[in-house]
Amino acid sequence: MSLSKIKFDKKIVLSFWIILIALIIAAPTILPVFRLNLLGRYLSLSIVALGVDLIWGYTGLLSLGQGIFFALGGYCAAMYLQITSSSEFPNNIPEFFALYGVEKLPFFWEPFRSPVFTFFAIWIIPALVAGLIGFLVFRNRIKGVYFSILTQASLLVFFNFFNGQQKLINGTNGLKTDVTQLFGQMVGSESMQRIFFWITAILVIAAWFFAKWVVKGRFGNILIGIRDDEPRVRFTGYNPVIFKTIIFSIAGGLAGISGALYTVQSGIVSPQFMTVPFSIEMVIWVAVGGRGTLLGAILGAVFINYAKSLVSEALPASWMFIQGGLFILVVTALPEGVLGWIQGDGPRNLLQRFGLKRKIETYPSLEVNNKEGNNE
Amino acid sequence: MELLLDSLFNGVAIGSVLLVAALGLAIVFGLMGVINLAHGELMMLGAYTTYVTQLIFKLPILKPFYNSYIIVSIFLAFIVSGVVGILLEKTIIRKLYGSPLETLLATWGVSLILQQFVRSVPLAYGTGLIISLLIGLFLPTILPSKIKESINYKYFKFSSWIFAALTGVLTGSLISSSVSKLSRASARNVDVTAPSWMRGQVEIIGTAFPKTRLMIIVITLISVIAITLFLNQSAWGMRIRAVTQNRQMSDCLGISTEKVDIITFGIGSGLAGVAGVAVSLLGSVGPNVGGNYIVGCFMVVVLGGVGNLLGTVLASFGIGIMTDLIGAGRLLSIWPDMPLPLSNTINFFATTSMARVMIFALIVIFLQFKPTGLFPQKGRMVEN
Repeated sequence: MSLSKIKFDKKIVLSFWIILIALIIAAPTILPVFRLNLLGRYLSLSIVALGVDLIWGYTGLLSLGQGIFFALGGYCAAMYLQITSSSEFPNNIPEFFALYGVEKLPFFWEPFRSPVFTFFAIWIIPALVAGLIGFLVFRNRIKGVYFSILTQASLLVFFNFFNGQQKLINGTNGLKTDVTQLFGQMVGSESMQRIFFWITAILVIAAWFFAKWVVKGRFGNILIGIRDDEPRVRFTGYNPVIFKTIIFSIAGGLAGISGALYTVQSGIVSPQFMTVPFSIEMVIWVAVGGRGTLLGAILGAVFINYAKSLVSEALPASWMFIQGGLFILVVTALPEGVLGWIQGDGPRNLLQRFGLKRKIETYPSLEVNNKEGNNE
Repeated sequence: MELLLDSLFNGVAIGSVLLVAALGLAIVFGLMGVINLAHGELMMLGAYTTYVTQLIFKLPILKPFYNSYIIVSIFLAFIVSGVVGILLEKTIIRKLYGSPLETLLATWGVSLILQQFVRSVPLAYGTGLIISLLIGLFLPTILPSKIKESINYKYFKFSSWIFAALTGVLTGSLISSSVSKLSRASARNVDVTAPSWMRGQVEIIGTAFPKTRLMIIVITLISVIAITLFLNQSAWGMRIRAVTQNRQMSDCLGISTEKVDIITFGIGSGLAGVAGVAVSLLGSVGPNVGGNYIVGCFMVVVLGGVGNLLGTVLASFGIGIMTDLIGAGRLLSIWPDMPLPLSNTINFFATTSMARVMIFALIVIFLQFKPTGLFPQKGRMVEN
């Protein structure tokens, strides 16, 4: 993958940021509430896409189970919201428990009474679960397709578990958050949604800088080394297991934050977050945007989801065809994604094809080597 | 004793569905290192083929042979899924050789398209499309060699596709005009009714077994034997085994790996179609029917290891028997006076969905000891 990046002028970068911040502040007044809510949701999805880019684009681990961590984060947030607004219900426990005749709060709900615990749980619990799954798998040098299948299977396992346990977490119905209270305000209300939008926008930028920091320097180099030739990294004296576990749990933590933000903005968390198609969709956002570019993951998540909602409103049946075609197209014709294509040699090749730019002549061997480097 | 037999039978029945579904997946994975996420949808095509065959056999001309439709549909399902698989290999998978993760994503895209295709295209025209694909792909290969060598072969190839398209449209409209149920697209689930000789139960050693389940076991048995014979006795089987062991060396020795890939993928997909027939006997058939089995198949492949059919067989029966033992809570009835904490745990896992949770945990534990499955391929290469 080409690492050459277009260098921008400082003035352009500064004006880009000013426009971006102005847009974020102004968005709630420009957009109607419905669209604002959608945009907020897609922005929160872009955080999980950043995690996918870290593990797939940089480390070469294709996880088909990011939905687990996404949903875990969502459940943490929803449990806190449910439990803090349950004072008017019988036994002081969330309403749905009465449906199944449960009178005592299950033990693992107790810590979620505390906002501080919840704040940490949202990202630490998914990160720990990811770390555990990752360690058990990586330790045995299970990788490539095997890893993808195992993550998909564990996704299904979590889905079955959450789907079946009515008495513990309301099973298939999920936990509603839009009628709960947070700081004396209804979570589903317009003013709260506006605040959530701002929080999401800030967190997306923060997550972007965090991801950039992670892949910078030696740590990032080792990740790319693992992606391109893992045995060689091992023979040079590094232990890939540690690095893979760390990056997998970072991605899990990001997915948890993303899930929590998505939950409060969509008003419900349910086992549907852990279905197989949703987790694979996350991969396609990154693939279309451009893997290994970070910004591509954010843009891919927002634009594809926006396109999805537009197409589904107009022609519901055709989205599956478009999505399926997108999967095939992006791996066969555009393996670097849109942003990767722009940053790489794409535009130059296109101009050359129309004869607008002269071909750069180098030693043939250099070009061959470059090409080999591109096929990972 | 009777209970144990019952449990064993149920386990074998679950396992045989898994086995016939995973067989094709395992062969393709062993040869090309490709996991086909569209495998479930190929099964779905097989199941729909059974449904279409059943309706066609209800027509007055074929009515006398109605009872044999299930046998016919096994062959048809093999051909239908096989043709779609070959098309998939020729158009997409071949281009992605050497990048298994990309193949995974592309086949997922194919599975989405196939699902939506079944929902929004009338089955009659779907059948027509498959027939034209079949003719278009195979007519050029069975033409006499004299035509092939002539200069105008290009035009023959082209005109064979036109002929194929015409036949497809004709059959499609013929079917849609004669069978009204197939002339409209619908996303609803359909049901396949077993012919009368397959309904009811058989009594063996005092226990009653449903005939459909026995039929599935028989289908599985025949598929496994046929594929073993093919791989071990035929020339192409030998070539497939050679390429599985060492692709580059086989290529150097003059084996056409391209042809081997097509044949293997076709057979693997065809087996998915046969699995679809088995699945259609168990419950209703819908666009999502493949998704219920696919993860189980993956687990079989992971557990069984690559390049050894025995591993696949053992893994699927192991998973099947464990599913039944845990999911139906049979351990408790076999061993009634076990200690309380243990029995509580077993009760907690005694549903179909929780049994999956338990089995996955067991598989992950197993992989800690044998990371490459039951029968790993031996070699001294660094993995990659």
